[in-house]
Amino acid sequence: MPVPKLSFKARLQTDPVTGKPALLFPEGVLLLSPSAGEILGLCDGVRSQEALVAILSERHAVAPAILEADVAECLEKLRAKGLVEMRPA
Amino acid sequence: MNPSAPQPQLSRPLGLLAELTYRCPLHCPYCSNPTRLPAGRGEMATADWKRVLGEAAQLGILHVMFSGGEPLQRPDLVELVAGAREAGLYTNLITSAVGLTRPRLEELKRAGLDSVQISFQSDQAPLADGIAGTEAHALKLAAAGLVRELGLPLTVNVVLHKGNLDRLEALIAMAEGLDAQRLELANTQYYGWAFQNKAALMPSLAQVEGAERIAASAARRLAGKMEVLYVKPDYYGTRPKPCMNGWGRRYITVNPAGDVLPCPTSGEIKALRFDSVRDRPLEWIWRESEAFNLFRGTQWMPEPCQSCDQREIDFGGCRCQAALLTGDAANTDPACDLSPFRDRLTAVVERAQAPTAADSPAYRFRANPMAGEGLER
Repeated sequence: MPVPKLSFKARLQTDPVTGKPALLFPEGVLLLSPSAGEILGLCDGVRSQEALVAILSERHAVAPAILEADVAECLEKLRAKGLVEMRPA
Repeated sequence: MNPSAPQPQLSRPLGLLAELTYRCPLHCPYCSNPTRLPAGRGEMATADWKRVLGEAAQLGILHVMFSGGEPLQRPDLVELVAGAREAGLYTNLITSAVGLTRPRLEELKRAGLDSVQISFQSDQAPLADGIAGTEAHALKLAAAGLVRELGLPLTVNVVLHKGNLDRLEALIAMAEGLDAQRLELANTQYYGWAFQNKAALMPSLAQVEGAERIAASAARRLAGKMEVLYVKPDYYGTRPKPCMNGWGRRYITVNPAGDVLPCPTSGEIKALRFDSVRDRPLEWIWRESEAFNLFRGTQWMPEPCQSCDQREIDFGGCRCQAALLTGDAANTDPACDLSPFRDRLTAVVERAQAPTAADSPAYRFRANPMAGEGLER
């Protein structure tokens, strides 16, 4: 499983207006859903995608199989925008 | 504005363009600064800018671009970057790189600078310096190396036109060699200085088509390594650009004197009156300023925009371009082929296809404020 990492050019912070996560980067801003923010917050460049899913599964008491596809889709969208890097494990 | 007219839905701004000064060591013939610098109040002081940055954050803005002119000309730039970071903003420096020495960049980084964008005029010194009107290319290369050495993300921005479009492949290779994270290839937008220089800048159709192919193939090849953004020239298209993602919708520009504009070039629309952060809080201006409310939403639109299914996609195009080409900022942008004034735009493009000697004049270089005039503090 690949190891996702937030790109060095991006910063994840809380949007003071909505209290939701916001991702800031050189050309703009993405206002994220709370779940996308939670996923990104776990992308430390050390933890594998599998381990990330396991943490979410435990936190929310949901089977990993149910989360896997959503996590993969979220990370792929951010990778395509250059905001997440995927390192092979 | 008619006070009984329904107020369009007010959205939340996300980005601030802080034009700290119109002073600049470069003289690019397509500069987006006003062709005539407003006289009067001079550049805003440090304390004013810090207040504006705080007010911007309170209004919901998350991102600030420090631009100009050349923002490095302001001795207080480090303090302003620190102020912006304190307010929680992501800070991006938009620079010519002239003055971006190692000590200055180290100081800026310590103050919390998040990212640097450097403009390049071409990939090689004689041509690049000829466009900039000064010797700057070597400095830019050195500064770009410094940005990456200090671990900051680098964006390379190139304004494209007749004089450098044929260098596109070399420009892409240059940005790759500089380890840029992003390359912006932006065709010239023809207002202000660029409109005055259009005969010297406007490319041939063959150049534009070639560039689009080269940029698209580079974007595919470099995906995941360097983002390549190619901004098409709207004069050569059939639909207008969604300028500023809608007037008064997401962005605020504050100019060196403190005037607040919906877009950096909207000062060229003679009919608009702007409010200043020296007189009013930024939030009041965002909500109430006539210049912002005039073209918000879709109610102001004439036909063919009013009944068009693209009206909330391209927002009727660019108000500055409509004003410049039709004399009325409320008209449909002639970059749309449904505009009744479309022929005014196509005439300019056609003329550029068969240039005579008179159509390729020397650049009329952008002048700069000197000590004691314009916006010098």
